[in-house]
Amino acid sequence: MSETIQRPETLDISGTPAIPFYRLVEVELRKMTDTRSGKWLLIVIAVITALAVGLVLAFAQPQDKVFETFIGIAATPQGFLLPVLGVLLVTSEWGERAGMTTFTLVPQRSRILLAKITAAVLFGLAAIALALIVAALATLLANQPDRWGGYEIGDVGKFALLQTMGILQGLAFGMLFLNSAAAIVTYYVVPIAFSVVTGVVEQLQDLQPWLDLNTSQQPLFGGERLTGQEWAQLATGTLIWIVVPLTVGAWRMLRAEVK
Amino acid sequence: MIEVETVSKTYGSFTALDQVSFRARQGRVTGFLGPNGAGKSTTMRVMVGLTPPTSGKVTIGGHRYADLPNPARHVGTLLDASAQHAGRTGREILALGATTIGVPTTKVDELLALVGLSAKEAKRRVRHYSLGMRQRLGIAHALLGDPSVLILDEPVNGLDPAGIHWMRVMLREYAGRGCTVLLSSHLLHEVEMIADDIVLIDHGRILWQGEKNDLLSGQGTVVRAVETDALQQALTADGLSVTAAAEGLHVQAETLRVGTVAARHGITLVELRPAQGAGLEALFLQLTAGRPNVAGIAS
Repeated sequence: MSETIQRPETLDISGTPAIPFYRLVEVELRKMTDTRSGKWLLIVIAVITALAVGLVLAFAQPQDKVFETFIGIAATPQGFLLPVLGVLLVTSEWGERAGMTTFTLVPQRSRILLAKITAAVLFGLAAIALALIVAALATLLANQPDRWGGYEIGDVGKFALLQTMGILQGLAFGMLFLNSAAAIVTYYVVPIAFSVVTGVVEQLQDLQPWLDLNTSQQPLFGGERLTGQEWAQLATGTLIWIVVPLTVGAWRMLRAEVK
Repeated sequence: MIEVETVSKTYGSFTALDQVSFRARQGRVTGFLGPNGAGKSTTMRVMVGLTPPTSGKVTIGGHRYADLPNPARHVGTLLDASAQHAGRTGREILALGATTIGVPTTKVDELLALVGLSAKEAKRRVRHYSLGMRQRLGIAHALLGDPSVLILDEPVNGLDPAGIHWMRVMLREYAGRGCTVLLSSHLLHEVEMIADDIVLIDHGRILWQGEKNDLLSGQGTVVRAVETDALQQALTADGLSVTAAAEGLHVQAETLRVGTVAARHGITLVELRPAQGAGLEALFLQLTAGRPNVAGIAS
């Protein structure tokens, strides 16, 4: 038997550095912008944020044209759309079977998972930054007395927490269902149905702020500081609606056969 | 070198892979041959860790694939040309891969040229690609990291004759540089043309493995006669093993013996030669006997 060129039998991997984490995050961010659905969703989020603030600036009562109103109005459409972004971050990969390629390039699936979560948080932060900038600009343009209205850094923190929770919940639902339509529908329908049920069934009413994330998130919208109990309720709501689906989804993603 | 060691994979009561062991050597093209559903893809997916095996293991150059720090820099894989987001352009898919594994994006243009995708085609979304174009893109993706091991699942699927020829030349050249090339196919002819070594799989079991040259020698005789049935009876009566092949009868004997039998019975031969190409086909048919769908595939 004549071998052509003799190479060593073992692959020399000593000179091959591992893929740095930042590059995985970079790729995940890019994957959100290089498909039509992802790109348009990002554009829509930006445009609606600006549009909502612009409408308030044009039509609201003068005394309402303060920063708190603007940031509140910017947050609402974002609150609806950021979770969709979270869903797409996962499902654009699995629905299209591109996950097979990703996991072949990076067999350590937990690193991909962490990169996706990081990318989701970065998108959330970017959306928050945008909302703050647009709201601040509108506030300056409106030029009302007491326009910053005692808005504190803590309020920014609560807003950031709210939006980040939204996008992570979307991500978690995406991982749980691995299907855009199912994840998005469930994301919107199940918490509403749950709110209705807990609202109607009397025995559950006391438990509602503990079990229903929408209810436990309410204090984050207000200007008041959260009480210890409210934080605890936020924690249980997060556990049920974000941590549990994320854990189940991650467990499956890390173990499952990738088709 | 790829070393597959007693890999089994079961799904419930279904055994997809049953104690599969074989080796793909470096500097050689190994053809992984079997009918559809034989277990080729599953084996290849086990190699790169997409499918966890029930038992057994695979090492590539002495390492488990998942232990490679940046696997695509050593092992190029094409498992499914359609496993891409259809909404991305061909160029973008390669650019994403290049960024992930850390090769400069100039490599993308280089590979697009190598696999024959024009700048215009590269800008189109993969949704609009033909199977052949996807296959070319998949090959480019596999070559991004300049790997020394190639694992390609049905790489010639959907390629036109010029593409198949190009692939053959390219893989030969890769093996000539000392790389390990493993490609699967359900097309006997294809494997016979490209491969140095052949691994034959069916029903999740390795049926045969060895050098193609072994198949080309001592593989009996191909004979064609006017009176085919009479010849088959005569040969069988003489104690020879006879199988019907595409181009006549395949006999486990030297040409002299077959000719003598034919002469004794006054049978008119139109062809009598040592089996060469027919060796693999006969072996394939023989080993996969009893599978009605095999004959159609073995062409």
